[in-house]
Amino acid sequence: MIEMTIDGLDVQVEEGSSILDVAQFYGIPVPTLCHHDGLTDYGACRLCIVEIGKGDNTKLVSSCTYPAELGLFVRTNSKRVVEARKVLVELLLAMCPSSKTIQDLAAAMEVTKVRFKVEQGDCVLCGLCVRMCAEQMDAKAIGFVNRGKDRKITTPFDIKSDVCRTCGACIYICPACELRCQGPGPPGDVCGSCANVLPVCLEDEDDKMCFLGTCGWCYKELGRKKNKEKE
Amino acid sequence: MKKADIDKILKKYDYKKSSLISILQDLQVINRWLPQETLKYVSEKMDISLMDVYSLVTFYKSFSLKPRGKHIITACSGTACHVRGGPKVLSELENQLGITVGETTPDKNFTLETVRCLGACALGPLVVVDGKYYGQMNPKKVASTLKKYSKKK
Ligand code: FES
Ligand code: FES
Repeated sequence: MIEMTIDGLDVQVEEGSSILDVAQFYGIPVPTLCHHDGLTDYGACRLCIVEIGKGDNTKLVSSCTYPAELGLFVRTNSKRVVEARKVLVELLLAMCPSSKTIQDLAAAMEVTKVRFKVEQGDCVLCGLCVRMCAEQMDAKAIGFVNRGKDRKITTPFDIKSDVCRTCGACIYICPACELRCQGPGPPGDVCGSCANVLPVCLEDEDDKMCFLGTCGWCYKELGRKKNKEKE
Repeated sequence: MKKADIDKILKKYDYKKSSLISILQDLQVINRWLPQETLKYVSEKMDISLMDVYSLVTFYKSFSLKPRGKHIITACSGTACHVRGGPKVLSELENQLGITVGETTPDKNFTLETVRCLGACALGPLVVVDGKYYGQMNPKKVASTLKKYSKKK
């Protein structure tokens, strides 16, 4: 066990866990995109950044790949972190504006517009599908090719792979190529409807059930409850 | 590429997975490019997934998945060569060869490529043909340089 501080909380954590593990264990919300419990962390999306260190000597690190260390001082919600995260989610949105996952992340961070050139892409290079294929399906049918701005995910030689069993796990895990978020705005709009339009949350109604995962609304609701508790 | 040749190279490196780059470099010397079948064979023999081999080959610019000409011309488009007139030399090369960057002449004699800085900026603008450095290039010198490598009529 090692001792460290996270958001002012002195905690004891198991050796070998990442900062993200610690945060999740203690119920501190840290947004993630490329992290998945069944896969090795890769640090592609950078959404899980946290600030480590004290005083002037701090830096931003991706919590999913940074190991917990003795005496580490972590802040998951400092001004610097929040601002950097907003830019990151904006960049991701510019790449893949139709992804509901990213739209929800943006809504939860109260990002309402994209200032970058919007590209109707269908990949943010988070590498989830690549890791899924290699680690869970043991196939390695897809992977990263080229580098720099030409980097993309495909099969060897861009043809149907011999080792692909068309299991569809890559599609299942993809946060970007899913059906377009069915908000009222045109494709590419940062609608944030899920988080902002009432009534979305069925929590208050006894006879209905919500089939969505955690959406922007849940985060907002969470924040509101927290604020109420503070008051 | 003959399987025996590939096997020889694989054996030279003892099928060591960490030597994959060296192996591919040696293989590329044979044909100046890496055919699909060769990569498949290597991946099978070395027990490395084809995807990993392909990722690696596409990552490094020095590997080619397309047939290349007999002589490989590399024009530097690094910063120093750029300000010293690299782009002019490059477009002259393109003009005279009748191809654009990344292509091979129809007679399979020349392939034109660019590179970002060869670490010899003082010689810029730099053109390298088959590993031989031609420094202080200018559009006028292009023709005479090419002539040295042209097919004898
Ligand atoms: S979740 Fe940590 S970088 Fe994506
Ligand atoms: S820029 Fe051409 S050699 Fe450095």
